Amino acid sequence: MALRLINRRPGRSGRIYLGLLPFLILIGLYAAGSAIRLAANPDDKLLPGLLTMADAVQRVAFTADRRTGEVLLWVDTAASLTRLAMGLAVATAFGLVIGVANGILPYVRAGLSPLVAVISMVPPMALLPVLFIVFGLGELSKVVLIVIGIAPFLMRDLQARVEELPREQLIKAQTLGASSWQIVLRVVLPQMLPRLIDSVRLSLGAAWLFLISAEAIAAENGLGYRIFLVRRYLAMDVILPYVVWITFLAFTFDLALRALNRRVFPWLEAGKGA
Amino acid sequence: MTRVMVKNVWKEYNGAVVLERVNLDIVPHSFVSIVGPSGCGKSTFLRMLLSQETPSRGSITLDGQPLPPEPTEERGVVFQRYSVFPHMTALDNVAFGLEVAQAPLLGRLFWRKRKVALEESRQVLEAVGLKGAYDKYPSQMSGGMQQRLAIAQALIKRPKVLLLDEPFGALDPGIRSDIQQLMLRLFEETGMTVFMVTHDLREAFHLGTRLIAFDRYRTRPEEIGVYGATITFDLLLDRANSRSRGKAMEELENKMAEVCA
Repeated sequence: MALRLINRRPGRSGRIYLGLLPFLILIGLYAAGSAIRLAANPDDKLLPGLLTMADAVQRVAFTADRRTGEVLLWVDTAASLTRLAMGLAVATAFGLVIGVANGILPYVRAGLSPLVAVISMVPPMALLPVLFIVFGLGELSKVVLIVIGIAPFLMRDLQARVEELPREQLIKAQTLGASSWQIVLRVVLPQMLPRLIDSVRLSLGAAWLFLISAEAIAAENGLGYRIFLVRRYLAMDVILPYVVWITFLAFTFDLALRALNRRVFPWLEAGKGA
Repeated sequence: MTRVMVKNVWKEYNGAVVLERVNLDIVPHSFVSIVGPSGCGKSTFLRMLLSQETPSRGSITLDGQPLPPEPTEERGVVFQRYSVFPHMTALDNVAFGLEVAQAPLLGRLFWRKRKVALEESRQVLEAVGLKGAYDKYPSQMSGGMQQRLAIAQALIKRPKVLLLDEPFGALDPGIRSDIQQLMLRLFEETGMTVFMVTHDLREAFHLGTRLIAFDRYRTRPEEIGVYGATITFDLLLDRANSRSRGKAMEELENKMAEVCA
């Protein structure tokens, strides 16, 4: 008897093949489209051939710029990642401290929770002009945009996670003589760290969005700056590899954070398979 | 040796009476089994003993002292679930009570002090039958082992009163009777007073030295909320005389037909 569709599963190699297939199809479609357009007009800029793109990659990623003596892609990557890391670090610290305080201390929650709820509704991009005016066009305004963009989400998420902790655990800790501080330090925080890493993972996409936007509007280097700069020359052969590179970076961070969670917090996974 | 006195305790939620006129005088070293239909305030009563909730009226005293308004070390607890910390190994779960007592700032001991605390924790774990599971996380343990761990964790603080909220309700019968034997032994060894809420009458009679039942005496629908549940059955159990216990159990089983909520 034929199995129901919902019970049919691909094997390991089948999964890999099926996962790769859409990528191959997309690349194939692009190559075909590009070939058709280039056949009609060899100077077409919209869909540059894969070889043209390889040339561009060679130029921006492996050749020193004639004017500055630096390799553009690496300079841009370093600048962007520095901003992203600073923004994420500050936002994570805020998220953890305020999220946990809101979750565990009723008095802090009563005072701060409404404020956080309102702030998280402000569209961060609408604040960007304000940030440029207040903090200038330098690094600070870009970092602050990332912080404002994702810190409220992290705070609210962490608060919800703390409130989800079984009441029994907190009662038990009290019957064992733990003070509020000790409960935070030894019961709440250790259980929140993996959740925090998860939340940071989920907000990576937003962080990149704010980073690229800020760089597009005012910067002297950075991945977002570059793609918006070369847009003026319709340099799709540079833009597309940059987009692929950004995607690759974001994807790698996501994987790395997930691996970190599994490695550092063995109690999360322990026994799940049993 | 601890004497627990409950004087005319009432508990109301939003104007609805849940418990009323609860009076008890519990002599030191009692094992009090608390039974009754669901929703009759058994767990509410236990939570009041724990200071997780406060009585609306009346008072509860421990050796003449009124209960503090929050949970404290003199009253240990084992819940049906979530009693242990999932992010700590069995050994750390037990040592937690010792560590927070000696390290107010970090809640964690180091070097020699930690070694001493861990040694004591190992002994308690061994006493509840968890020798060899020291480094396991709760998620790697069976339900019975987790409850043993929760008991060990509470015992290391040497509480005057141990509160058990359906501690063995989720366990398989074989494991359950093992852990009941363990509980009896620990009760005799420690001299503490135990309150245990249970659904299982057999368990209540088997373990208890005293049995109380909460039930409603007014059961018409319009009377719920106006009249609460109270103690309808209070019996001193004689461990030696199993015949009288059997009779009392039958009588109680017949009486407690209705459901509360």
